[in-house]
Parts: sequence; C-alpha cells; structure tokens
Amino acid sequence: MNGALAWVRANLFSSVPSALATLAVAWLAFKLVPPFIDWAFLDAVWRATDSQACRQAKGEGACWAFIAEKHRFIFFGTYPYDQHWRPAGVIALLLVLYALSAWRRAWHWWLAIVWAVGLAVIGVLMWGGVPGLPYVENGRWGGLALTLLLATFGLAFAFPLSILLALGRRSQLPVVRAFCVAYIELIRGVPLISLLFMASVMLPLFLPEGMTIDKLLRAQIAMILFAAAYLAEVVRGGLQAVRHEQYEQADALGLGYWQRTGLVILPQALRVAIPPLVNTFIGFLKDTSLVVIIGLFDLLTAVKVALQEPAWTGFGVEAYLFASLVYFVFCYAMSVYSQRLERGLAPDARPVLRTGA
Amino acid sequence: MNPRRLRAALFQAGLAAAVALVAWYFVSNTAANLESRRIASGFAFLSREAGFEIGETTFVAYGAADTYLRALAVGVLNTFRVAGIGVVAATLLGALLGLARLSPNWLLAKLAAGYVEVIRNIPLLVQLFFWYAIITENLPGPRDALQPFAGVFLSNRGIALPVVASWLPFSLEIPRLEGFNFAGGAVLTPEFAALIAGLVFYTAAFIAEIVRAGVLAVSRGQVDAANALGLTRRAALRYVVLPQALRLVVPPMTSQYLNLTKNSSLAVAIGYPDLVSIANTTMNQTGQAIEGIAIIMAVYLTISLSISALMNWYNRRVAMKGLRR
Repeated sequence: MNGALAWVRANLFSSVPSALATLAVAWLAFKLVPPFIDWAFLDAVWRATDSQACRQAKGEGACWAFIAEKHRFIFFGTYPYDQHWRPAGVIALLLVLYALSAWRRAWHWWLAIVWAVGLAVIGVLMWGGVPGLPYVENGRWGGLALTLLLATFGLAFAFPLSILLALGRRSQLPVVRAFCVAYIELIRGVPLISLLFMASVMLPLFLPEGMTIDKLLRAQIAMILFAAAYLAEVVRGGLQAVRHEQYEQADALGLGYWQRTGLVILPQALRVAIPPLVNTFIGFLKDTSLVVIIGLFDLLTAVKVALQEPAWTGFGVEAYLFASLVYFVFCYAMSVYSQRLERGLAPDARPVLRTGA
Repeated sequence: MNPRRLRAALFQAGLAAAVALVAWYFVSNTAANLESRRIASGFAFLSREAGFEIGETTFVAYGAADTYLRALAVGVLNTFRVAGIGVVAATLLGALLGLARLSPNWLLAKLAAGYVEVIRNIPLLVQLFFWYAIITENLPGPRDALQPFAGVFLSNRGIALPVVASWLPFSLEIPRLEGFNFAGGAVLTPEFAALIAGLVFYTAAFIAEIVRAGVLAVSRGQVDAANALGLTRRAALRYVVLPQALRLVVPPMTSQYLNLTKNSSLAVAIGYPDLVSIANTTMNQTGQAIEGIAIIMAVYLTISLSISALMNWYNRRVAMKGLRR
C-alpha cells in the first residue's frame, strides 16, 4: 500500500502543476467516460431486425446492429453471397503470409517463392474460372478483401521498383540519376488523389483506341507508382547507412556493379531500412482508403455504401468507428512489430551496419 | 573512350530513348483519342463561364457567372486557408502532445501516448468522414445549438464563433440565431470544420512524435550542464534545449506541413471546395481531364518544391558547423 501511495505521489502529484493536470484529467474522465460507456455499451442496440430500434435509441445508445447487419457487405463488398468463403479464405491466407513474413527465421530466399505461390492461389480464389469455382469479375470484388489486396499487390510490385529507383538515384550515371530524381520528387510532390484521378480519367486516353484497362487495375497501377516513390526514399536511407568501405571492399573482390549491389550492399541496406519500411507500409495501407474517391469498392467505400441505404442513414459515427477499428487492428499490429524489430535489430547490428553518425 | 564508359553512355542513351519512345506513344495515342472523342485541348476553357456555385470562398468574391480561372483561384485560396489554419493549429496541438508525452505526470504521458498511437493508425479519410458524420448527423439544429463556451455555437450547420468587431474599444461580434441559421461572427461550415478537425488531429499526432524526438535528442548532459550554470528550467529550455532541438525538428516538421497541405486535397471527399474539388468539377463539365490534372499537379508541385527549397536554405543556415554532410 505504501508503495502504491509513493508511486502516486511521484507520478501523479510530484508538483503543483502536475497535481493540477492530474485533477483536470480526472475531472474530464469523470465527465466523459461514463456517458461514453452508456452510449457505446449499456444503451447500445446490438441486434435488431430493422433500424427501428436504432432510430429510437438515437442519441442515447450506439447502433451496433448496423454493423451486425452489414458486416458481410463491409468485409466482402458485392462478391456473390454464396461464394463469400472465397474472399474470406483470401483474407485468411493473406494473414498467414503476413505472419510468416514477420517471423525473422523465415527471412530466406524461399519466402519469395511462398509469396509468389500465395499470390497466385489468391488470384485463382478471387477470380475463379476453374472447375468448382465460378468466375467472378473483379468489378464485384470489394470490402476488406479488396483493401488488403490493393495494399498487398501494391507493395509486392512497388517494392522491387523502389529498389531500382533508389539505386538509380545514387547512380554514377547522370541520365539515370536525373530520371530517378525527377520521378521521385514529382510523385512525392503531388497528392495521391491527383494520381488516382490521373489513373481513372487520363490513363484511358494514353492507350490506343479499343484497348482498355479496367478500373481496379488502373487504380492499382497508380498506387504502385505512388508507393514506389516513397519506398525508394526509405531504401535510399538504408543505402546511405552502408559504410563506404563496404563498396570499396566489394570492388577489391572484383565484383561487378550488380554483384556488389545484390550480394553486399542491398542485404545490409534493406536490413537497416526494415523498420522505416514497415512504417511506410502502414501509411500505404491507410492510403488505400483513398480509392473511395474514384469509386472503387474497398472497405471504406463499402461502409459508405452501406450507410446510403435509406433504412440505415444517420449511423455514420458507428460505421466509421467500426472502419477505424478494422484499420487500426492492422496498422497497430504492424506498428508494434516495427518498434520491436527496431529494438531487436539494434543490439546485434554488426559493426558494418553502424552508420558512423 | 574506355569500354566501361562506352557501355555507360550506351546504357544511358538507351534509357533516354526508351523513355522518349514511351512518352511519344502516350502522346500520339492521346492526340488520336482526343480527336476521335472531339475533346478540345488547351487552356482556352479557363476564360469561359464556369456556371457552378461554390459553397464558400476565401478573400475573393465569386459567382456562377465568373470564369473557370476565377473558380480555380478560389479553390487554390481555399486550399491555402485550410492549410494555413491547419498548420498553425496542428503545430500547437502537436507540441503540447509531444511535451505531454515527456511529462513526469504519468497520466498525461500515457494519455498523450495513447492519442498518438490511435490517431496515427487510422486513415485520415476515415477520420474526416467521422468528424463530418458527427457534425452533420449528431449535432442538434441551430435552434438547440450546443454552447460549450459563451458565444461559441456548435450545430449541424457548422461552428459559429465570435469575431473581434473592433480592437479599440475592444468589442466582440457574437453570432446570433436568425431564422434557421446563425448570422454575425464567423461561421465555419460543417465541411470546413470537419476538414480542419481531421487534418489537425491527424497531423498533430505526427508532430507530437517529432517534438518528442527533438527534445529527447538533446542529451541529458546538456540539461545538467545548464542546471549547473544556474539556469532556470525555462532559461535552459529557451537557450539550451530548444535551439538544439529545433535543428533536428525543422526538416521533418516541414515534411509534415507539406503532408497536411497535400492531405487537404481529401476535401473533395466531404465536399469542401478546395483546388482538387473545383478542378474535378471543371474536368467533369469540360471533359478536359489532362488540363485539369495538370493544373492540380502544377499547383501542388509549386508549393512542395518552393517549400523544400526554403527548407534547404534554412537547413544550411542553422546546421551546426562541422556537422554538415
């Protein structure tokens, strides 16, 4: 008891301002938390066959019945109802792939093969068209499944591109460097929305008549081009952290540019860059929500469309809190992982990895 | 020329040729497409009558009879208004949160840390929709407006604030209810209020982390030395900690300001008439997508590049001598 009291004195009432702050926070909590608990839990409507019960409780309690009613739509969009197990399986498969990639002992060359096979299986599951799986056009994909697919495929293609861009930006060849700098700065200088608009209205004009790319692929291309520029800067940070002696020693061994880069420089650079890379991945997952603006059916669009049904209009707060929760679970998991990794990589970082700063 | 340099030159020439070829391919396709779809090109449409109303304007008057050029200028000014107010408010809130996270008060520190974790891990767009839903669906009408402070009214028509009518003698103009809405004072539309709330709360979480990192980076020894010199806590902060922390803080802070400015383009999703939103309307009406997107990109690129140039200049000035890389 004495220990607890001492802790309270030291951490909550150490000085007059500190004591005042504690009291202010306690008063605010007293004013805000009980009404919130009433709204979110005690007076909330959890199950309802129609929105009538929710309408009556409006202002008093939250309408979680909306989520209960619409969760399939929010997770899978307009995918045929009896085939929902397919996007559900895809989400599960993606989660397994994420978990496997987060496991440091699985960082091996075969992980790339596992990913390639995994993505191929995902494609077959989503599209179908093979015996037992009826074909589903990608215009009907949606919800959480589409959000995760956009993010995953986006990063899978953007990452290799970003490495090339980062290497190009540090290249000795002036033309290559100029192209890479111009590309990176151009993309980073404009908002993602302008790129998405470009993909949705300008890209069709770029192609010869009769040739079309569907909307989903166009948005995916814009997201890849966008992510590559940001990832390239992170990779460049990693490249800069590799000490100069490493280059010289690789040269002394008689390695050519690609051998030196692939066998000596990149493995070290990417290792240092992993925590900031994961942070960029988080940003990218959040950015996929912007496709709502060009009308692609991701998680956020599904929530918005569900809200447009006349019976359920006016429950935006509940709906967006739920969407926030879903995004938060994914982003927070990545963020905790990246912080752990940063701590885990730091002590055993070999001398060559020290930046000298 | 030795073979290595020859190879490099050939490789670069090949790359340049490939890029030029792809560009030419796109341009020729575009020209053919525009021709066959009878879409005009060029910027002549800018001087035509826009024909649409804009919900709110900053500094300049605008009516549906004005030109597209004027409409786009209104959009740019609206973007600047959101970005300017957002940057100031986000900096204040972010600095407070960053310092709160370092506070010896456990409750404050945990609260600030929780705020940062939650806000950073939710997409800004979701937060914008959330604030917009709170304002338009959950606040009462103007007649029963909430009044958290005297003279400040929250309703589903937005936020009405008092403004200073005159400084000497000091007097305030308090908003008052007239018919179905407020008159007098300053009225922030729901779109503007939601956009500002979303941008400020979101960006403040990132700024808090930058401020915290900046303060932590000034080594403990510096603070001890300042104490040993007999400087007060405030003087130590002012003369020892801040000057050193600022050097580290300014570059990432700038990129947050740029992010806020670019993120203000999400206004289009909740209907605040910023540049992107007005350019979007323009593109829909004229069909001139290329010009519209070119205008958006040119404006943002100008902002981004000029701010980074300013930043590099500032960085060179404040960088510690001898630590330049």
